[in-house]
Amino acid sequence: MGYTLNFAAVWRSFDLLLEGLALSLGLAFAAILVGCLIGLVTAFGLVSKNPFLRKPAGLYVTVIRNTPILVLVLFSYFALPQLGVRLGKIESFVLTLAIYSGAYLAEVFRGGLLSVPPGQREAGLAIGLTEMQIRTSIILPLMLRNVLPSLSSTMISLFKDTSLAAAIAVPELTFEARKINVETFRVIETWIVASCLYVATCSALAALLRAVERRLIVPR
Amino acid sequence: MTQTLLEIRDLHKRYGAVEVLKGVDCTMAQGEVISIIGSSGSGKTTMLRCINMLEEFQGGSIRIDGQEIGYETVGGVRKRKKEKEIARQRAMTGMAFQQFNLFPHMTAAKNIMLGLMKVRGMGRDEARSVAEKWLDRVGLLSRIDHYPGQLSGGQQQRVAIARAIAMNPKLMLFDEVTSALDPELVNEVLQVIKGLAEDGMSMLLVTHEMRFAYEVSTRVIFMNQGRIAEEGNPKDMFVKPQTERLAEFLKSSSFN
Repeated sequence: MGYTLNFAAVWRSFDLLLEGLALSLGLAFAAILVGCLIGLVTAFGLVSKNPFLRKPAGLYVTVIRNTPILVLVLFSYFALPQLGVRLGKIESFVLTLAIYSGAYLAEVFRGGLLSVPPGQREAGLAIGLTEMQIRTSIILPLMLRNVLPSLSSTMISLFKDTSLAAAIAVPELTFEARKINVETFRVIETWIVASCLYVATCSALAALLRAVERRLIVPR
Repeated sequence: MTQTLLEIRDLHKRYGAVEVLKGVDCTMAQGEVISIIGSSGSGKTTMLRCINMLEEFQGGSIRIDGQEIGYETVGGVRKRKKEKEIARQRAMTGMAFQQFNLFPHMTAAKNIMLGLMKVRGMGRDEARSVAEKWLDRVGLLSRIDHYPGQLSGGQQQRVAIARAIAMNPKLMLFDEVTSALDPELVNEVLQVIKGLAEDGMSMLLVTHEMRFAYEVSTRVIFMNQGRIAEEGNPKDMFVKPQTERLAEFLKSSSFN
């Protein structure tokens, strides 16, 4: 073999990788934020007794979870314009990842909602709280504590899914890495550095979410 | 003549095809302490839960202080009242549950303050001082900033009672509040209820503690198969049951 690793060319373009990473984080943050809202609303739909809420929520989750995300990304970037919906690359990807994450987060939140004992709602009703007050003061805080461990792994997955934006030339980390790869021919070095950036970011994200988890833990 | 607080007329409740309340009538005066006894499945807890609309009911009426609870008849059609109105009516009663149902993510103080602030519209400081007053009353002032998970079952139930009472309800509903407790923790909870009875609090208790029902109640209701089978003052009821069913029930429930 006799291959000598040489990172010099990659370091020269390291700024580009960091810019890509920043965009990856931005994409993930925007998409997950919107996805959480979609997921929350959908989760309440999934556990609703009203079939007019439950059925559409179930259909959304089924369709989105059973379609590969790459297909969704390509669909919204290439097919939607044909249907008259024109979005920029970034907007198109954020929207797609938001809708995709909404379906996964809805399932996470649904599990969390089911784990709150019905007695909690009844206790809230008994002191005269409205359903909405019960949701915001009791159900959501308890649900959030229940789902934090699975929420953090879902969020890390979603962050990694931003690499698919490279398929539609959004200049995020994977896209920039591919560019450096092509320009420098330092294939191994480029992808080692890019992987390390993903691993470091995901680990930091996991640590942050664990800290939140510890802060919210209910003393006993 | 004492004032009527609660008036239940011909209360019917069905779960699907199964009728669990088959026409219950009951009138309760201000300051009365009524124990509802009966075997499981007799409808006693269901009746209690209809009073604060934790259960829907299909027929009959419940009035508290003359106000019709939960439903109204408009143009001959019986309709459920609006959610906001029902919430307001629920605040007229307080309820303590078998499983305590304290909010686990809130301290004892916060558990009590939540309703005071969101329903009664109190400020934080006022709510906190009311919480202090009632926690002191149930002997748990020193646990004010503890979370439910840090309290024993008996302590949790006392906080739950304080949470309900702090809302200043006209009527307290107790749903088998000692059934989930270890035997040595039952008494501390019963003492709290007894204290409230002595203060003149109007209370309806579903209970399996026959000795306690005998001691604190002004009246006892015996329910059997969705109906009130017998009622009266505790001395007559426990010593000279009129129906065979009650006699059997008392024999099996170790009251002696």
